[in-house]
Amino acid sequence: MSLIRSLADVVRDREPAAPVEGNQKNAISIRSLNAYYGSHQALEDINFDIHPGVVTAIIGPSGCGKSTMIRCINRMHEVVKGARVEGSVLVDGEDIYGADANPTRIRRKIGMVFQKPNPFPTRSVYENVIAGLRLNMPRKSKADYDEIVEKALRSVALWDEVKDKLGASGMALSGGQQQRLCIARAIAIEPEILLLDEPASALDPTATMKIEDLLFELKSRYTIVLVTHNMQQAARASEITAFFLADERHVGHMIEHGPTRQMFMSPSDPRTEDYISGRLG
Amino acid sequence: MPRVNEQGRFLRRRAAGLASEIIAALLAALSVAVLFLIVGHIIVNGLGSLNADFFTKIPKPYGESGGGIAQAIMGTVIMLIVAAAIAIPFGVGTAIYIVEFGRGRFADTVRFAVELLAELPSIVVGVFVWALVVRNLTGYSGIAGSLALAVIMIPIIARSVEEILRLVPDSLREGALALGSPKWKVVIFVVIPTVLPGILTGIMLALARAAGETAPLLLTALGNSFFNYDLRKPMAAMPLQIYTYAVSPYDDWHNKAWASTLVLIAIVGILSGAVKFATRRWKHESH
Amino acid sequence: MSRIIMLRQGATKAADPSDRRFAAFVATMSAVVILLVVGFIILLAVDSWPSIRKFGGHFLTGSVWNPVETEVNKVNFGALPFIYGTIVTSIVALILATPLALGSAIFVSEYAPSWLGRPVAFIIELLVAIPSVAYGIWGLFVLVPFMRGTIEPFLQNVLGHIPVLSALVAGPPFGQDLLTGGVVLAIMILPTILSLSREIIAQVPRLQKEGMLALGATKWEVLSQAVLPYAKGGIIGAAMLGLARAIGETMAVTMVIGNSSQKITGSLFTPGYTIASAIANQFTEADTQMYFSAIVELGLVLLLVASVFNVTSRLLVSRIMARKEGANA
Repeated sequence: MSLIRSLADVVRDREPAAPVEGNQKNAISIRSLNAYYGSHQALEDINFDIHPGVVTAIIGPSGCGKSTMIRCINRMHEVVKGARVEGSVLVDGEDIYGADANPTRIRRKIGMVFQKPNPFPTRSVYENVIAGLRLNMPRKSKADYDEIVEKALRSVALWDEVKDKLGASGMALSGGQQQRLCIARAIAIEPEILLLDEPASALDPTATMKIEDLLFELKSRYTIVLVTHNMQQAARASEITAFFLADERHVGHMIEHGPTRQMFMSPSDPRTEDYISGRLG
Repeated sequence: MPRVNEQGRFLRRRAAGLASEIIAALLAALSVAVLFLIVGHIIVNGLGSLNADFFTKIPKPYGESGGGIAQAIMGTVIMLIVAAAIAIPFGVGTAIYIVEFGRGRFADTVRFAVELLAELPSIVVGVFVWALVVRNLTGYSGIAGSLALAVIMIPIIARSVEEILRLVPDSLREGALALGSPKWKVVIFVVIPTVLPGILTGIMLALARAAGETAPLLLTALGNSFFNYDLRKPMAAMPLQIYTYAVSPYDDWHNKAWASTLVLIAIVGILSGAVKFATRRWKHESH
Repeated sequence: MSRIIMLRQGATKAADPSDRRFAAFVATMSAVVILLVVGFIILLAVDSWPSIRKFGGHFLTGSVWNPVETEVNKVNFGALPFIYGTIVTSIVALILATPLALGSAIFVSEYAPSWLGRPVAFIIELLVAIPSVAYGIWGLFVLVPFMRGTIEPFLQNVLGHIPVLSALVAGPPFGQDLLTGGVVLAIMILPTILSLSREIIAQVPRLQKEGMLALGATKWEVLSQAVLPYAKGGIIGAAMLGLARAIGETMAVTMVIGNSSQKITGSLFTPGYTIASAIANQFTEADTQMYFSAIVELGLVLLLVASVFNVTSRLLVSRIMARKEGANA
């Protein structure tokens, strides 16, 4: 009981969320999604919508399929040997799993940040930020790149910390800085959607707070999906929360989703309530 | 009484242990001594004949002293360059296929083929190129020699690049893929640059091995006493020159053979030793 | 094994076209490598076919190698003297190299402290980088006189009176003979057996060694009763690999083995040929089709024999490596 109330306190203390409208640009619709690793089914019949302008958090105990879910959105799930997807994911009304869809093109519209920071080791900070641009887009002038680097690094509140060492190796930064660098790299290609898979799980509390503050700034520009195992983080940072759970066959389902406030203060499904109150997971 | 027996047995066991340690140490010392003996002889016998002419002039006719092995040095360099130009693409390409794209039985077959190539006795490689190219196409020639060396180099490069690529963590590949790069760009612009030193190491290893090979060149390049830059004609090489000089009846040529051997093992030894040292440290770090 | 492999199933049917091109490109290169190996075997078989057809099994059992047709002697290719030389030198090499390699491996892995063991192993393994022709010249100018002047007379004195062994050391000490060939080969395969043995010994699960140590065993007892029995198969595999290398070795052997007599006597002090040295010595003379074919057949025989030992070695070694994973699972 007490845990629910403290999470509820967190949610109550936040600003009321902006009203969420349907069918906008950069909205994601997931329909009848099933995901498999070889013969094992990881997700079954997932259906929900993700809206721009807000942070959507996906929570649930380990093994519930939340990482799989987010990786289905930018077609990274199928990159693993034996993995496949059935169903559809509509981005701006287009099914990214359609017959004509090109996974590489789709990934350019979607930025992803991973659990462990993964800056490219042979590139400098500067080069890391524009890595996505260098690899996939026509050459720009140095002045253009300089502008993009500064803008991206300012967006992740890293500019002041690294502006004098842009030439240093990407690996020379602290863990928290590296992760913010990876976020800068992801937003430098100007995606419409930003996916974050437990981005703070390898970081200390201070670095974590910085990342959460960042999300607050970024959500007006991108559709953000955040996977987290930390319920406090979900309560602090998101407007919409989806709760996932695996059944006895280890198949993941989405149990319920809705405004974060409602999910944490008065969830409809008893399983959600069990998880939030700490009885599960 | 059991006590006395026990003590006797214990002493015997310790003695046996000590004896085996001593024997093992002696055997290891003997092995090390053999290496020093051989290298020592080569240095001692070879140093005296090294001079400027040795590196710049071609051999003098039978029995005359003076001259050098300049043409053999050139020939080795030329054939190594051509061989590397063939072997590097195939070796690296095969390794990339196996690690990044391979699936199922075809990939297994490729790995198996690379292992078979690696185990071929070098004289058999020579016979193959001799039968295929020398007898029907080009006659004894530098290009045939380069082909034979390339066959020897390909599996060395392929295996070492394969090993290196497997060490690259998948998180690197995922990061680049998630930025919307096609797989081939991930491989060429992200993965390979990360392990470029290791790849160069593998190539150096292959070059060191090819530089010292004689048997396959015997049946293909044949050797030449004059400068020859034409790959369609017989070409000299350092190991071939050593062989020719060593089995000849002339003392002066014997001396030159020692000197050539010294230069050859200096090159090969430095390359191999540096590679072994570098990869040992680097294997260490990644464990 | 990298997990990142594109699929052709389900949603990935529309994989990026530039990826398909690149994948096809590297797959083609790999196919060329496979073709190379296949072509190898086919070419050797095809080019040696005339000789195989004419001489059949006699190629392996006949001891007359006569390339030149005369009125008295017909052309005849019996490679037994070469096969004999290969077998004898390889066995000598194995007998000399294996104890040395194994002893050094044990010293380096189990007895020596790591500050000593690793450099020593590194030095011994440098032997493998020395080119064959360097061994050859050292063998020719240093070892051969030494064998002829010192070792072989010594052996004759010691073994000359013992009934069976005296046949091995019969005849004048040539120096350039089968024995010296074996000795040079032994030095050359020493590092091969050593490095593989080290890997094998390192694969013995620590659990086995610690079990014995806990019972109060000495280092030697742990070795002889836990490590070596466990590693036995792998060590034999290491020796086989050395053997495969010895069989294929050409230049060093050619330079010290004499390349003259084709008579098979029982003595180690006779000059002789190995299959490899016969090829190296005779290929320039192969002016008839049949002679050419016979030489290629020699190459084929060499390939097959070396392959048998390579495959056996790999099987034995992989069994030990697999067992370790099972034991630790």
